[in-house]
Amino acid sequence: MKLTVHHLYADMMNLYGDRGNVLSIKKRCEWRGIPVEVVDVGVGEPVRPTGCDIFLFGGGQDREQALLAGDLAGKKGAELRAIVEDGGVVLGVCGGYQLMGHYYETPEGERLPGVGIFDLYTEPRKPGEGRLIGNILVRVELGGEARELVGFENHGGRTRLGDVEPLGTVLYGHGNNGEDGTEGARRLNAYGTYLHGSLLPKNPWFTDHLILSALRRVDGSFELEPLDDALELRAFEAMAARLRGGGAS
Amino acid sequence: MALLRDARLSAAIAAARAARAASRLLRAGGGSTVPGVVARRLDPRVLRALSGRLPRGSAAVTGTNGKTTTARMAGAILREAGIRTVSNFTGANLVTGVTAALVEDSDLAGRPSAEMGLFEVDEASVPRVAAEAELRLLAVLNLFRDQLDRYGELAYTGKVIASAFEHLPPGGGVILNADDPLVASLGRSAPGALYFGVDEPALDTGRLQHVADSKDCPLCGTPLSYSAVYMGHVGVYRCGRCGFGRPEPAYRASRVRLRGVRGATFVLSGPAGEREVRLRLPGLYNVYNALAAAALAGEAGAAMEHIVRGLGAFGGAFGRVERVLAGEREVFLLLIKNPVGFNEILRTFIAGGGARHVLVAINDNDADGRDVSWLWDVDLEMLAEAREEGLLSEMQPIMAGGLRAEDMAVRLKYAGLPVGAVVPGCGEALRRALDATPPGETLYVLPTYTAMLEIRRALSELGYARPFWEDR
Repeated sequence: MKLTVHHLYADMMNLYGDRGNVLSIKKRCEWRGIPVEVVDVGVGEPVRPTGCDIFLFGGGQDREQALLAGDLAGKKGAELRAIVEDGGVVLGVCGGYQLMGHYYETPEGERLPGVGIFDLYTEPRKPGEGRLIGNILVRVELGGEARELVGFENHGGRTRLGDVEPLGTVLYGHGNNGEDGTEGARRLNAYGTYLHGSLLPKNPWFTDHLILSALRRVDGSFELEPLDDALELRAFEAMAARLRGGGAS
Repeated sequence: MALLRDARLSAAIAAARAARAASRLLRAGGGSTVPGVVARRLDPRVLRALSGRLPRGSAAVTGTNGKTTTARMAGAILREAGIRTVSNFTGANLVTGVTAALVEDSDLAGRPSAEMGLFEVDEASVPRVAAEAELRLLAVLNLFRDQLDRYGELAYTGKVIASAFEHLPPGGGVILNADDPLVASLGRSAPGALYFGVDEPALDTGRLQHVADSKDCPLCGTPLSYSAVYMGHVGVYRCGRCGFGRPEPAYRASRVRLRGVRGATFVLSGPAGEREVRLRLPGLYNVYNALAAAALAGEAGAAMEHIVRGLGAFGGAFGRVERVLAGEREVFLLLIKNPVGFNEILRTFIAGGGARHVLVAINDNDADGRDVSWLWDVDLEMLAEAREEGLLSEMQPIMAGGLRAEDMAVRLKYAGLPVGAVVPGCGEALRRALDATPPGETLYVLPTYTAMLEIRRALSELGYARPFWEDR
């Protein structure tokens, strides 16, 4: 059973260490002897699910966002929607997350249509408001268990949720809009978040959750071997402790 | 009126002097910007007034990487040409730092002792410095992803820099890196711009690194096609759609030979002829710095022989690449600011062989960039591959230090590299790394900016280096 990581727009949306997310999935499969392949999906190229997949959709700068919105408005957007409805595993980060909603409005007032996987939209910051920047700690409940995610956020846009569950609640930081305490969004096996920094390397439980969700679509009883995560947990704990202690974020 | 103005200027200079003395006495740091802040409060026109009295005007260097080194190189060349310059050398590169440098160089009557200002200027501060210091020359080195959390986005930073061009003399004065597409595209706002670039097919890495920031045409967004990629997104490129391409450089480096940590040689061609240059600084990025310095100094009036001598004698800028003798050990400090610079150092390690003891110290203070996700864009896999090929077999597990030591350790782990000691904090990490380095051997320390300051302080406390403000 091979896991395929589809890295959407890898050549453009490579900001903020998205590579860390790809490497994290790849290495954690390899260390367990699970075959894994990373496929870059560029503009104009179709997504080709194999049945055991993770789709990664990273963040970019405004200029790239506009190029991608055009590509997503076509067949690829419909394909992604179908993948999510079918229970496929998708992770959108920052710009990718924004484009998983209904639209992203640029600071110039242009509305870039999104894929509509999540019932949410993103509006530009108002005059006088700053970008939402800094380390962030989020509480997430997955499978009845409360966990935490740590990362770094850096976004000008304010995301407003409609009828969709947030990924988690902000313990420290800004989250979707800096106002309502929500961070990210989730539906079925699709997740969107503003946490980069990179998200997956320091939150190995979440990486494993994505890997396991993908594998279980093929084998419902699949279990992951535990790994030695001492370094990852130390990195998580160092930042989480700094934020809980109210120190400089 | 004139008398009143002069009195105010003198008062501002006197107050700034006092502030500088006090801040040194209190060891509050280098005292590099405080005098500027004080002087500007007393006389907001102090920079305009003092720079207006420099007979040869002022020049500035900006860009993500290499500002300090380039400004210092240009200073060394101009010194060869007998031109006295005043500079803000200690990384104080906002308008306050520029002001402080001029205040310090002037007597109480506001007469500068230098003939020319030569400043490194933070990207966002360029328009203000250009307007107040009436810049005659401005060199833009490169625009890499660096501290995006401060400025938002690269294209925006480019726009900010271009907005300063209107303050420069029409028909000249703007010097741009031809090989960086985003920087070269700024030439649309500067009709008389001059360019510098590298022509060396042997340096083509054959691939855009993961860190490539602007590999799409800055004008129309189409992916650029490269005939050579030197580092990051820097190379020889062309847009197939709108025709934008690398401009013809007036100052060019060819036959570039990189000689590991020992330096580099290249043939410099400029309006005044062609000469071989020997650099004592390593890496292609320093060849670019040297080219920019040559162009800036050349346009300011230095001759080819001054350029060759000035660059050949240049030993390195504060902290960027620095050798410190630590008792029986040698410490090499190599500043890292972003993936491109980090990759260049890794390439130097691989080309040069022998590195055994390495400490990477990552801080996330404002001056370092608070977001450390860029570590994932560093091509540490290149080091892992070199090890698998049997190169670097001597290298010990890399140590991680600084406020984000743990993040660095995780990065090393996922690159497939053995992880050495993980020591939060810089001073303690340095001491541990020195302990692990046998006498007679070299410790390579790769710190981010504030980690470098802490490591220098730790070295100084051990009696190995002087505080940086004495290093002028």
